Amino acid sequence: MEDLDNLKATELTLGLPGTSDAPEKPATVSSRVNRRTNEECCTFARNRSEDTAAPAAKARAVGWPPVRSSRMNSCRARKMETEDNSGIYVKVSMDGAPYLRKVDLRIYNGYKELRNALDDMFRCFSLGGVEAHIGESDNAITYEDRDGDWMLVGDVPWEMFISSCKRLRIMKGSEARGQ
Amino acid sequence: MTYFPEEVVEHIVDFLGSHGDRNAVSTVCKAWYQVDRLSRRSVFVGNCYAIRPERVVTRFPEMKSLTVKGKPHFADFNLVPYDWGGFAQPWIEAAARGCPGLEELRLKRMVITDDDLELLSCSFPNFKSLVLVSCEGFSTDGLAEIATYCRGLRELDLQENEVEDHGHQWLSCFPDSCTSLVSLNFACLKGEVNASALERLVARCPNLRSLKLNHSIPVESLNKILARAPHLVDLGTGSFTIDNRSETYHRLINSFFRCKSLRSLSGFWDASPFCLQAVYPICANLTVLNLSYAPAIQSADLTKLVGFCFKLQKLWVLDCIGDKGLVVVASTCKELQELRVFPSDVYGAGITAVTEEGLVAISSGCPKLNSLLYFCYQMTNAALTTVAKNCPHFTRFRLCILEPEKPDPVTNQPLDEGFGAIVRSCKNLRRLSVSGLLTDQVFLYIGMYAERLEMLSIAFAGDSDKGMVYVLNGCKNLRKLEIRDCPFGDAALLKDVAKYETMRSLWMSSCDVTLGGCKSLAAKMPRLNVEIINENDGTSESKENLSDQHKLVLCQQFTSVSNDIMFTSNDPDVCRRVRL
Repeated sequence: MEDLDNLKATELTLGLPGTSDAPEKPATVSSRVNRRTNEECCTFARNRSEDTAAPAAKARAVGWPPVRSSRMNSCRARKMETEDNSGIYVKVSMDGAPYLRKVDLRIYNGYKELRNALDDMFRCFSLGGVEAHIGESDNAITYEDRDGDWMLVGDVPWEMFISSCKRLRIMKGSEARGQ
Repeated sequence: MTYFPEEVVEHIVDFLGSHGDRNAVSTVCKAWYQVDRLSRRSVFVGNCYAIRPERVVTRFPEMKSLTVKGKPHFADFNLVPYDWGGFAQPWIEAAARGCPGLEELRLKRMVITDDDLELLSCSFPNFKSLVLVSCEGFSTDGLAEIATYCRGLRELDLQENEVEDHGHQWLSCFPDSCTSLVSLNFACLKGEVNASALERLVARCPNLRSLKLNHSIPVESLNKILARAPHLVDLGTGSFTIDNRSETYHRLINSFFRCKSLRSLSGFWDASPFCLQAVYPICANLTVLNLSYAPAIQSADLTKLVGFCFKLQKLWVLDCIGDKGLVVVASTCKELQELRVFPSDVYGAGITAVTEEGLVAISSGCPKLNSLLYFCYQMTNAALTTVAKNCPHFTRFRLCILEPEKPDPVTNQPLDEGFGAIVRSCKNLRRLSVSGLLTDQVFLYIGMYAERLEMLSIAFAGDSDKGMVYVLNGCKNLRKLEIRDCPFGDAALLKDVAKYETMRSLWMSSCDVTLGGCKSLAAKMPRLNVEIINENDGTSESKENLSDQHKLVLCQQFTSVSNDIMFTSNDPDVCRRVRL
């Protein structure tokens, strides 16, 4: 382990100079709670009963529960047979655009298709002549869920997303970054 | 030195069934290596990137059966990017050049294209058996090639593959001269299949023993098929919806009644409860029953059906069977060896369909139980301890508590002691998946007691690097370790790097391992294949992650000259793999 430090000093990394070896994870990662120290973990374990939001988020992590998609689809298919199969139309707004659009979430197979569709719809509204593709770092796609909260698109499994999304909003970079 | 003629060695070695034993034989001396290599008929490659196809084909020129596995297990749960790899093409090409006598190909989690299937169908005149499990990349056009050109095909077994539907003609491609089929499984196909072509095919294949249909085959066809193939041993039904007053239904009961050899039933895609009654006549003979794709059947009907199945050895059900249903299973199915209980409502609000009570009942009623996959919403240490005492013969124990990090609801404690009891009691445990709230302690137990453990799956568990180190230090037979969302970092990864040479693979995702740690590992162990996968799905979030924290790490054993996996792409949506 001693030579590890020396190795680190001379190695090439993909990170920017000055970034540490053990960076903080972005707060919005929903797949697991940041559990760095023993102490924190003990606290976490003790406070479990008070912390009801985190387990729900973890329960919806990518690839959890470990069930193949064919099985998930089988159960979902059964549910949907009994449900209304018509389209899920939601409004999509983009900051600065003069009018809103509506999309049917049922026609997309996943997030990538949705992003491409939104890009096609809203590209003409790019301001300042700069071509800003929807979904790149300059703007964020958010949605309003059933609780009225504005969530970042992409965290939860697709099926869960379309069942809880009430409307979409494409936020401009500065606002998306909280500035 | 005793002279041992090669023929004698070969004769003895022929008795060795397992690949591990034959591999061991080949390392004794050069002579035995030669004997093994020229007499080995069945070759197993556990990791397609561990060795080059050409090398395998050159070493085993008399190979008749080849099994290759590709993507890591977590690919089943969408944790591996689509274009990761695991291509069948180089294997089929190499075999076509070097082993034209190949008779059987079994692939798991690999990408196989229609072109590959076409090449396969033309390259091996004695080809008899194709088994594809969890594969993708092909369509029904590829199946048409197999049907058309593989004369003498005995087995076409498609399990849980992603197959693109290009029409139903493929089945009609089996020529009239094809009478050799013993096993046909197309249950995973999503599209229509030509039912009348199927009926004719079944009629001309007198040796057919295993037939698994997809949902498009109606009950009327099933009737005709069963009439033509009463010697079926293994049946997967097609569509199973009928009016129970109809003539079709009565014919179905008669058909089943005539199938005296039927031992295994699956399918039931859209089965409604009363249709199950058609199956009652044969329940007493069943050893295998898979109802896990029949969400419409609820507890009462499941329970009634299972109540007739007293010879059952393997049962796969949905959790809507409930604890009460499991109690009935426990009192009826005394021969039960394998139980799988799948969740029926994955996004549900925690409806407690099965709990620890059902599992305890099973463990006390079914003493022969050795394999378990159990999805539930809660588990207690007391229950696990009881299960461990009742069933010391577990070889596979996979428990998935649906809510990550959930403690024992009665004591609010982690489940360390419960799993500890399992590993202490089950001395032959080869495969283990743990879940619920778990500290480093459980890994201490696993390292201490799970001597025969070969595969371990961990998610949302542990407190520190010590957990992973306990496992790597302790489990001397460990071959596959897959970890997600645990606080194991570089220190654990690098503690005992020589260990990885005794293992087939290590998977770590969403842990605390860094790029620097992985590079260090690769530098220390140049014979290991260390890969980082970066999934960039275009959101700003993952771009921030890219630089320092790598989401996925994969280490594979590397047994030959450097292989030639291609990596990277400039398209940001394509997965980026970096080999260190």
